[in-house]
Amino acid sequence: MSGLTPGFRGHRRIESDRVPPGQYLTEDFPVLSAGPTPSIGTDDWTFTVVAETGERHVWDWRQFAALPQETPTADIHCVTRWSKLDTTWKGVSIDTLLAEVDTTADFAVVHTFDGYTTNMPFADITDGQAWVVTEYEGEPLAAEHGGPARFLLPHLYFWKSAKWVSAITLHDEDNPGFWERAGYHDYGDPWLEQRYQSGW
Amino acid sequence: MWQKARLVERRVETASATTLVFEPEQWDGHLAGQHADIRLTADDGYQAVRSYSLAAPARDGRIEFTVQRVIDGEVSPYLCDDLPEGAYAEIRGPVGGWFVWREADTRPVMLVAGGSGIVPLQAMIRQRRAVASRVPFRLLYSVRSPAEVIYSDELARPSLNGGLETSLLYTREAPPEVRRPLGRIGLADITAHGWPPEFEPACFICGPAGFVEAAAKILIALGHDSHRIKTERFG
Repeated sequence: MSGLTPGFRGHRRIESDRVPPGQYLTEDFPVLSAGPTPSIGTDDWTFTVVAETGERHVWDWRQFAALPQETPTADIHCVTRWSKLDTTWKGVSIDTLLAEVDTTADFAVVHTFDGYTTNMPFADITDGQAWVVTEYEGEPLAAEHGGPARFLLPHLYFWKSAKWVSAITLHDEDNPGFWERAGYHDYGDPWLEQRYQSGW
Repeated sequence: MWQKARLVERRVETASATTLVFEPEQWDGHLAGQHADIRLTADDGYQAVRSYSLAAPARDGRIEFTVQRVIDGEVSPYLCDDLPEGAYAEIRGPVGGWFVWREADTRPVMLVAGGSGIVPLQAMIRQRRAVASRVPFRLLYSVRSPAEVIYSDELARPSLNGGLETSLLYTREAPPEVRRPLGRIGLADITAHGWPPEFEPACFICGPAGFVEAAAKILIALGHDSHRIKTERFG
């Protein structure tokens, strides 16, 4: 690569096999969102699962808090290139939320209180891979980070872990979400650097 | 995907912000507000990539970024100070289809900038000028001191800015004639210098996370519909 950016050395951050290509580690927790932070009180909060058959399951805040809680620890990777290791969360596994749902769906769409959506294959949100979380690092989740509850899907880029989550809908077909239609990759595997749709 | 781009011009904007003009091999244009990735490569193959907002419409195949130097940053000091004119970096883009202004949208526009958050908003102002749009723009630009105003000459020239009203909001130090008390952006600033919600303006807010959060809260409190407010946060 001679002639490119002569004299550039870089900082040689500590190499880690837990940091995907093109990412750097941060100790902070940057805030990224497309619009204002919505204010959602737990009195008004509900979480809904809608199967492809139209079957609905709804939990209010108290019912949700009574579900079995898990405390996942996860490395998270933002498409804007920061990664953060060993983040700790508390919330309910999607497996728990789907336990009573009769579905053969192949895809899921996550919806939020401010009207955004993000999509993923159904197989990516089951078997202990995804949660709806209400605590971060032992504290109630701050509104700017998605509180009262956000989706957590750490093995894909972090825009898939939608803030202010309100519902999951299950589908037979793939329905690209808000960021996916705005140029981000449909799947978003950080280890394959699936950041953008081709052509962007 | 990645392409080589030659640095053809460097303009110092302020003590900490520098504009870099690149000539990519091929550029098919971009929307005002989009960004692009810049990749730097060391002799041993080590690479670093950052995203920067495009500061102006493409012209004669050239694109420009305004980069704020981050103290001890890995990439920005090199771009601002060390990349020689005539040398190449790699560029990929444009990226981002959300935080953009399109001239076909005729709603009035309210731009709210904090510090170097002005860059993608200035791209919108320049796009408006380039296409001779008559969409009315208002810019509220929060900045520490007069010396830190990026694009100050351009923003101060009435002949360039018909239909654009600019209000500078100083937080630490202001010229003597400024009567507004020093301080962060507040409700009174947006009431006095922004568009009222009943005009249904398209609102773009860009700056540090805390600034964007505060400004967006004010717009919501004034009755602006959250779906008309687009934000871009950094830091």
